[in-house]
Amino acid sequence: MPFYSEKVLDHFKNPRNVGEIKDADGVGEVGNPVCGDMMTFYIKVKENPSGESLKDNLLEEVKFQTFGCGAAIAVSSMVSEMAKGKTIEEALKITNASVAGELGGLPANKMHCSNLGADALHKAIEDYLNKQKVTK
Amino acid sequence: MREVYLDNQSTTQIEERVYQEMLPYLQENYGNAQSMHSIGAKAKDALEKARGQVAELIGAKENEIYFTSCGSEANNLAVKGVAEAYKEKGKHIIVSGIEHFSVLYSARRLGQEGFAITYLPVDKYGLVSPEEVKNSIRDETILVSIQQANPEIGTIQPIEEIAHLLQKINAERRAKSQEPIYFHTDAVCTAGIIPVEVNKLGVDLLTLAGSQFYGPKGAAALYIKKGVRIIPQIDGGIQEGGRRAGTENIPAIVGFGKAAEIAQNEMGENYQKMFHLRDRLISELPKKIEYLYLNGHPEKRLPNNINFSVEFIEGEGMLLFLDEKGIYVSSGSACTSRALKMSHVLSAIELDPAIAQGSVLFTLSKYNTDEDIDYVLQEFPAIVERLRAVSPLYNYFKKTGKRKVAGPGTDYEHEHEE
Repeated sequence: MPFYSEKVLDHFKNPRNVGEIKDADGVGEVGNPVCGDMMTFYIKVKENPSGESLKDNLLEEVKFQTFGCGAAIAVSSMVSEMAKGKTIEEALKITNASVAGELGGLPANKMHCSNLGADALHKAIEDYLNKQKVTK
Repeated sequence: MREVYLDNQSTTQIEERVYQEMLPYLQENYGNAQSMHSIGAKAKDALEKARGQVAELIGAKENEIYFTSCGSEANNLAVKGVAEAYKEKGKHIIVSGIEHFSVLYSARRLGQEGFAITYLPVDKYGLVSPEEVKNSIRDETILVSIQQANPEIGTIQPIEEIAHLLQKINAERRAKSQEPIYFHTDAVCTAGIIPVEVNKLGVDLLTLAGSQFYGPKGAAALYIKKGVRIIPQIDGGIQEGGRRAGTENIPAIVGFGKAAEIAQNEMGENYQKMFHLRDRLISELPKKIEYLYLNGHPEKRLPNNINFSVEFIEGEGMLLFLDEKGIYVSSGSACTSRALKMSHVLSAIELDPAIAQGSVLFTLSKYNTDEDIDYVLQEFPAIVERLRAVSPLYNYFKKTGKRKVAGPGTDYEHEHEE
């Protein structure tokens, strides 16, 4: 299968962090089946004792479910790995380009999948931050 | 690893007897069929022999067969060539919405040049209604082009019925000294696979391609009934009666001819074999995979076509995992098309887009066996399970018993626009 790189294929065939977090602190959903891809990200956030703001809190757990092509699944898996254990601030810096880069590149017509992955993660973080504003 | 090729709609494997027939024309008999010497004459003889073989397959006369390089070229020649020849008589063309892109884009091009184009809708099985054809006809209509069968969902169209109604209309037209409506059918999926006879079908033009029935790529033909005018789309030479310029691809045409001869002699046997395998997969796969839907007509269907939608997952993922197991198929999902657009055929039968994304197309050849089908039945369910485990749509369905359909309107949607 020469279409994808080894790394993309590995993340597609053995996706990391698949699933749902029942009591997630934030959930982000992007895409839609009409286009062919849909991703849901769940995050569990741990307070950072030495942190100064919410953005210093840590992504203790990141899980995802994805409906989509090989690239979409591989991107989700990579985003979850890149974000896990990071602070919110760091996770927000994950970009489409950095995800594609970590995967060793994506075919040109699949680049949009990487946009989707970072978007879904950022949406989950946004959801978390909004919830914090309401409760605090 | 076992290898099971089930993408015969894309192309078939060249059959051994075809290959052997072609070989001398690659090296020893290398002549140009238009040359006035002995070496050229050998090529010319081979060309004319192949023309006879192809003519025989579809019940045509030799001088009604025009070789082209591929089915797309033949479709372009049929649609544009007839339109240009008869544009003084009228500028309206009718095609179905599920034609091959070579017909659809030819029609679109003519539309840009001032022709009116009617794109006929199809029902949920992909069938064109003859009544609808009749209702779409105008005084200016010069051409109707409807495929004999659809490559993706396998549905076979009522070509004879449509031809019959056109003949009635044409009789009235002739009485008024009006130009008749010409009828073209794209028979790329059917010729060599099921019986195709131009007179029985009642068509004026018909496209067929050898690579669909174990011939090589690079040779196809357009049948043009005697008396139908056509404007060439490739100018520059006297080949093919002046209707298609260019040095003839003799090795490929020789292979095409041989493939036509073999297909004709062995059609019944191959048909039965594929029909049996097709029905096995259609009946047995749903017993192993839940939420599986057959696309296309259950009976009016090509003997080699199986198109399923697997709900909650997307086609490309299935393709990749099947490929890993040595099973080669295709899909109509947006992700598997290089243009990232859902198949126009699945859109036309108004399949729910979420379900259309999970389409998998298996197309059989005479080389497939019961063991191949066993292997697919053995490997495919686990692949589906694996992808469903990752799918938010499936997990939502399992949890709630409801189907989740995310509405349009995300930023993402815009990225898919061309």
